[in-house]
Amino acid sequence: MILEKCILAVITTDASKFAGGAPLFTCHSTEEMEFVATNLEAILDGIAHRLQENVYIIVKHF
Amino acid sequence: MNHYTFPILLGMLVGIITRLIMLKTDTRQYPTRLHGKIVHIAMGFIAAILGAVAIPSIMKKDFSALTFLTLAASQFRDVRNMERNTLQQLDGFELVPRGSTYIEGIALVFESRNYLAMMASFVTTFAYFAFNSPIAGVIAGIASFFVAKALMSGSRLQDIVEIEHVPLRFDGAGLYIDNIYIMNIGLPARQKEIMQYGMGFLLKPKSMDANITLSNLGQRQAILHDVAVGLGVVRDSGTPALVPLAKRDLNDGRIGVFVLPQEQDVKKAIQVIGNVPTLENAIRLSSEAPKGRRTS
Repeated sequence: MILEKCILAVITTDASKFAGGAPLFTCHSTEEMEFVATNLEAILDGIAHRLQENVYIIVKHF
Repeated sequence: MNHYTFPILLGMLVGIITRLIMLKTDTRQYPTRLHGKIVHIAMGFIAAILGAVAIPSIMKKDFSALTFLTLAASQFRDVRNMERNTLQQLDGFELVPRGSTYIEGIALVFESRNYLAMMASFVTTFAYFAFNSPIAGVIAGIASFFVAKALMSGSRLQDIVEIEHVPLRFDGAGLYIDNIYIMNIGLPARQKEIMQYGMGFLLKPKSMDANITLSNLGQRQAILHDVAVGLGVVRDSGTPALVPLAKRDLNDGRIGVFVLPQEQDVKKAIQVIGNVPTLENAIRLSSEAPKGRRTS
């Protein structure tokens, strides 16, 4: 099977909602969350998508 | 020098000129200047010779020579393979790739143009011998130029769609063109960049055939590629969020085209989109299907 998309990281301010395979980054504020998401987007070469107000996921689109 | 020499030479000349006329490098810069072109001129030369000697070999009852034409056909099929392989290799390094459908179309055109050159020289020598006059040969040659020219120009997107500039908008993290959802952009900084550099266009198909043709993913990728080539693209290898996309409205088949041109000129962009060729492999003519197989 060839993967076309893959979640590389989850960035959130509410860690209690999430569990699972992707690395989870917990932040204290929205600003920090955006900062981490921006950095991870550049580092991982994936796109930062906003799932909910306090959740970003970095997705690699192959 | 015998009485075959001039007809063959004339046929060759017409064949080569036909190939040269069809070998036009435009903004897309393909074939690449000089060396890329030389390959095709050489192949055109071979095609022209083969076309020109066909009639004399029939007249000399040398039928085995004719069977070599079939060999030649396989040579030209290799042209298609060569083009396909080269373009596919290069496509990985394009910021906005051409896509397989576009590549296949280009490869097909390169193969067929050699056959057109062959046909032009064949017709010219045939006319020369049939009327036993060089003038007849020249007239046949000129006629074949026009036939080749007519066959060369396929239809353009502006023939099948209406193009309209529509401002982009964000609804939460979702990027929209009119009511067509394009993608999710999370970061406010990225959203700002998209609003600054992005442009949205709405393509309304003029008929059901156009609707189906436009639904082809290869056709849409060709639009994005041509816009990127024509107007540049605000994108780099480390910015995956800045990606031109074309999405479809499932209700009526309209296409929302999101592009990031370096040159922010709406008029030019509409022109470029209008001039995108409708790819042979994407065209569907459901309206010509027999009853019962028709989509509308």
